[in-house]
This record gives sequence, C-alpha cells and structure tokens, in this order.
Amino acid sequence: MANTTFRTCPDTGLKLFSTTETLIKANAVLGVVFLLIGGTYGLFVGLTRWQAVHLLNAQDFYMVLTLHGLNVLIFWLIFFEIAVLYFASSVLLGCRLATPKWAWTGFALMLIGAVMNNVIVLQGNSTVMMTSYVPMAADPLFYLSLILFAVGALIGCFVFFGTLVVAKAEKSYEGSVPLVTFGAITAAIIAVFTIVSGAIILIPTYLWSIGVVSEINTLAYRLIWWGFGHSSQQINVAAHVSVWYVIAAVLFGARPLSEKVSRTAFLMYILFLQLASVHHLLVDPGTSSNFKMFNTSYAMYLAVMASMVHGLTVPGAIEAAQRARGHRDGMFTWLRKAPWGNPTFSGMFISLVGFGFLGGITGVVMGAEQINILIHNTLYVPGHFHATVVLGTTLAFMALTYWLVPVLFRRELILKGLARWQPYLFGLGMTGVSLFLMGAGTLGVPRRHWDIGFAGTGGITHEFPAAAYTMLALNGMSVILAVIGGAAFCVIIVGSLLFGKKLGNEKISPPIIAQPVTDEEYNADGGSAYAIPGTMALAMIFFVSFALYYFINWKYLAETWGIA
Amino acid sequence: MSNLLPPATKIWWNEPIHRNELIWISLVFVWGLIMTFMMPYWHVVGKQNLGTETYKSTPAEFQLKVQEFVDKFTVRNEGPRNYPVVAPPAGGDVYMLARLWEWWPILELKKGETYRFHLSSLDWQHGFSLQPANINIQVVPDHEHVFSLTPNATGEYSVICNEFCGVGHHLMIGKILVVE
Repeated sequence: MANTTFRTCPDTGLKLFSTTETLIKANAVLGVVFLLIGGTYGLFVGLTRWQAVHLLNAQDFYMVLTLHGLNVLIFWLIFFEIAVLYFASSVLLGCRLATPKWAWTGFALMLIGAVMNNVIVLQGNSTVMMTSYVPMAADPLFYLSLILFAVGALIGCFVFFGTLVVAKAEKSYEGSVPLVTFGAITAAIIAVFTIVSGAIILIPTYLWSIGVVSEINTLAYRLIWWGFGHSSQQINVAAHVSVWYVIAAVLFGARPLSEKVSRTAFLMYILFLQLASVHHLLVDPGTSSNFKMFNTSYAMYLAVMASMVHGLTVPGAIEAAQRARGHRDGMFTWLRKAPWGNPTFSGMFISLVGFGFLGGITGVVMGAEQINILIHNTLYVPGHFHATVVLGTTLAFMALTYWLVPVLFRRELILKGLARWQPYLFGLGMTGVSLFLMGAGTLGVPRRHWDIGFAGTGGITHEFPAAAYTMLALNGMSVILAVIGGAAFCVIIVGSLLFGKKLGNEKISPPIIAQPVTDEEYNADGGSAYAIPGTMALAMIFFVSFALYYFINWKYLAETWGIA
Repeated sequence: MSNLLPPATKIWWNEPIHRNELIWISLVFVWGLIMTFMMPYWHVVGKQNLGTETYKSTPAEFQLKVQEFVDKFTVRNEGPRNYPVVAPPAGGDVYMLARLWEWWPILELKKGETYRFHLSSLDWQHGFSLQPANINIQVVPDHEHVFSLTPNATGEYSVICNEFCGVGHHLMIGKILVVE
C-alpha cells in the first residue's frame, strides 16, 4: 500500500492518510484493550482493600496490584498517546506519516512487551509492583518486556518527529504548527527523556537479574527509575492538556486566548516538569534538603504555573468562543449552554476540573519537602494519582475517543443514551476513589498493603480509626461505580466499531466539528468575548481552595513529633 | 485560528497578552514564590524537617550496631514475639532495623526528649510508617539514615511498613512506646 493514499474527511475536512489512519486505529484500540484488562484488575484491588469483602488472598492481591499498575499506567496510556502523536502530526498537518514500517515495528514491539509483561507477572515470580525497587528481583523477562515496550514507544516518538520534518519539507502547512501539535511535541520530547531514563536504569537491572552486573545501588535506582516513572506521568499531562485544546476546538471552534501564553506554558513543561520526579525521594536518605527543595518546587513552581495557566486558558478559550457565538449573558451562560449531554464535552470538562482541584492541588501539597513526611507511601499517593491519571488523563482520552469514532472509523456511536451518562458515572466513581483513598491516607493507611487489620501477625496489631475502614469501604463502592463507567466506555466503543451504523462518505448531521470562530465574531461587541469573567471566577475559587488546603497541611505537620 | 490550525498571524509572539491572562499569571507566579519560600522557611522555624545525614553501610555492619545497642539498653522482653524493649538514655542514639518482615527491637522513649535515630534495612526496601503520628520515611538497604525524633505525646505507637516488601509485607509491624 503506497503511503500516498488518503481520503478527506467529509465532516472535518481533515486529510487522513490511510497508513496513518490504520496506525491510529490500531494503537487506540489496543490502548482500550489494555484499559479493559487493567481496569478489571483494579476492580479486584478495590474489592480486596474493602476489609469486609477482602476478595483476594495476599499473594494474588500483590500480583494483581502489580498488573493493575502496569496495564493502565503504562500500556493503556502509552498506546493511546502514540495514537495522539500520529493524529497531531500526520492528521493535523495533513501530511503522510514518516516511515510507516518503523511505526509498525514500534507498534509490534510495544504489543510484544505488553503481552509478555502480563504473562510473566501472571506466572507469579514477578510480583514487584510497577516500581520494581531493587534489590527485590523479578524474573529477568519482566525487565526485558518493559525494555521492549519502551523501545517500541521510542520508535513511535521518532516517527512523530520524522512526520513533522516531512510536513515542513513538503509544505503541508504554513507558518507555525497548530497549538495542539505544539503540545504534542512537548509530550514527545518529554517521552524521549522518560524512555531514555527508563533504559538507563532498566537495562542494568536486567543485566543484574541475569547475573552480569553484581549490584544496583538502591538509591541510584530510585533516582533514575523515577526519572522514568514520574516523567511518564508528565507525558500524560502534556498529552491530555493537548486533548483539552483539541476538544475546545472541535466543539466550540475555539482558538487560544493568546498563542504565546499557551505555547510558553507547554514549553515550561519541558524545562521544569521533569525536576518534579525528585518528589518521590523527599523522605529518602542520601540527598540534601537543598536538592529536594529546588527540584520539587520544579524550580520555583514554574511547571505548576504552566498547568495553572492551561487551567485558565482552556476554559477561557471555550468561554471566549461561546461568548463570541452569542452566549454573552451573565457569568456562566456560556457554560450552561455547553453541550453537557455530549460525552466529548462532559468528559473533557470533568477531566479538567478533576485534574485541577483533586489531582493538581494534592500533588503540589504533598510535593512540599516537609509535608511529604505525612503522606509518603500512604494511600494518599494513589488517591492523588487516580485524580491526575484517571480522572484527568484517562477521562480526557475517553472524551476524545467518542469524537474519533465517527471521524476515523466512519461509524455512528451505539448506545448513545449510555454514552451520555458514561463520563458522569466514571467521573463520579473515580472522584470517590481519589477522595476516599486520600482520606484513608490522611489517617495513615499504607499503600500496597493487603490487610490493615493485621490478622496473622501473631498478636502485634495496630488499630486504625474506624473512619479508615469506612473510607476503604466507600472506596470499594466507588471502584464498582468507576468500573461500571469504564466497562460502559469499552462496550460503547468496541460495540460501535463492530456494529455502529456505517457513515460512508456522507456529512454527519448535526455537524461533529464547529466552524472556527472568526475574527469578526471575536471582535463583535467591542471584543468583549475575551473578558472571560466566568473563567476568572472559577480560577479564583481554585486559587482559594489551593491556598487553604496548602496551609491546612502545614498546620497538620506542625502537630506531629519533632523531626530533624 | 482554531487550536487545530496554524496561528493566523505568522509572528504570533508579538501579539499582546490578554489582561485576564496577565492577572492570572502574575498571581500564580507570586503564589509559586510563596510556596518556594515556605520550604526553607520551615527549615528555620518549623520543628519537622527530616535530616538527610546518611552513611554507607552493609547489612552485617548495621546489624552488629543494633545488636550492641540492644545488649546495652534492654530493660525487659515483651509482647507476643518476646522482643527486647530497649530504653536508651534520653537524648541518646537509637537504632531500629527493618527486615523481612519485622521492625526490631521495641523502643521505649521519653516524651519531649530528642533521640538520634539510626535506621536501615537488612534486605529489601521498607517504609517506616509511625502511626498514628503519621511520620513516613523510606528505608533502604546499605545506607544508614540518621535523623532525630522528638515524641510529643505518650502512648503506644506502631511502626508499620508502607513500602511493598514481598508477600509478608502486611505482617511487618513494630512498636515504639513513649512514656513520661
């Protein structure tokens, strides 16, 4: 198949090269498959933590927890992100994908790595959690599977970069790349840094596991592994913020408030976000307080600033577009008139709010050097990252998928009624998961722990407050809700691909992409669209919540033992 | 143009920034400075700043030190596992080791006194989690971490493990007793 065949999407006008289209479909579908697998494992984790249910035995619990982390946090997200990269380059720039054969090689390596990893962990000798801290050892094939997956993902990144070069050379666009592509570039650059860090630590660890290397320094492992483990979450942030901008454009025809601000915010991710990986080492021996403070502040919180800027400019761009299109009354008419029944919008907006209020605030708070003493390795940590990576990234990707099905697959969504509710179900469930895990963590409940009742210790126990047990039960119920929401997503998407009404080459009505808001529309009424009072009000509520919660935690800290 | 299209003007970096964006950026920048300031500030006025003094060590060396400490200051044996309860002099050095799957020995400390803690693991990584004080510290093998702790209330405290350390992870629990 020549790499020059393309079709023009009758709805969006986007130029879809057939090789690109097939690769995007393959990566996205596999991503959803691993989401399904990983989500199912998550159900078992939640039902075991619920002390009254306590579904799995200890050995199975730890194995399933390892699988849950790897499948959703690595395999689902990276597969989908490769699809996003190909979309943001080949589709948005309207050019062929560079080296499709390499793209397929990368895809194959990722698939082999992911499947191999699941098989190895299921054999039971590699229950080491996603972090696989040395000197606890897994089967050598465990590390090898991750290396294969990472190499595949790296190839995907370079195919993306190659495509940018092709687009520039073939002049398929004029001027600068679109904002969304710019965001994807930051994600890909962070991905390269991430994967190289992973290689630097996983290759020696693999050699250690087969006896070629005699020792891996435990502290060095932690430092470099987190350059991989946390930075991979920064790929997610850059990718899902880009997806927010995609959705703002397709649903509202929105443009950035200012190109300069949004792009600089993305650039700041590359410069400062990586530093944050050090917040995993805040209560480690060995590194100095100065090192910890500088890095975890992301150099004076400049990366936090970047996220807070996107937090303003994404809803701000939507508000400005809505106002320009006539929804000018009051503070929130623009928001009330948004398509809340469209899962692409509701998913995106819940993702934005959840990521900011639950994930963002808690992440910064627990990343303060001293406050981390209260939080390190408690259930608060998974509570935090279920808000960032599930409520934030996963829900944003789900929202985009609803829009991609008709565009890429030319199929109508099935079960539209269920799709309307799916983001709310999943969002509510995951909000519960985050809040209750964080609540339990605040009470000191450890993460990755099978039994906080301490049966089987021969009589040495610790009594956690009854509230901790309640939190874990409520978490279990929230997990069920979230899993129903997640399963609904998988059923709707897979079902639509198989049984959805074929759309052919006809234009869909109502249109699935909004016309870009024009200069005239923005400039009408003296350019009042850009005043965005509603978004400013929301931003101020966010700021006050952030500041209050930040200082409350310092107060908690002041009440514990003296530590020096 | 839209987020999905190249910017309308080629030289987009000369476009002015909207007033609201500027207000927000300034606010967030100042907030960042405040948060940056809080950490060193707490080092000066706060009483909770985990020390980072660390020595290279080996499991055998560290075990020897802990054994010496236990031999010297044990006051009685106690509990279901008949562990030594060690009451070191107020303000002195205190040792605790982590291994699969126990914290050893039991410590008896005085409220309001400051102790120099020595913490390490004899095998894998562990997580020192003192409850209900909720103080959490990573414990890694081959490194002896030294910091000080000052109990501020009497009672029986548990040390549980919050770094996954294999199938017996949830069985790993120790005690620190704080007396007047």
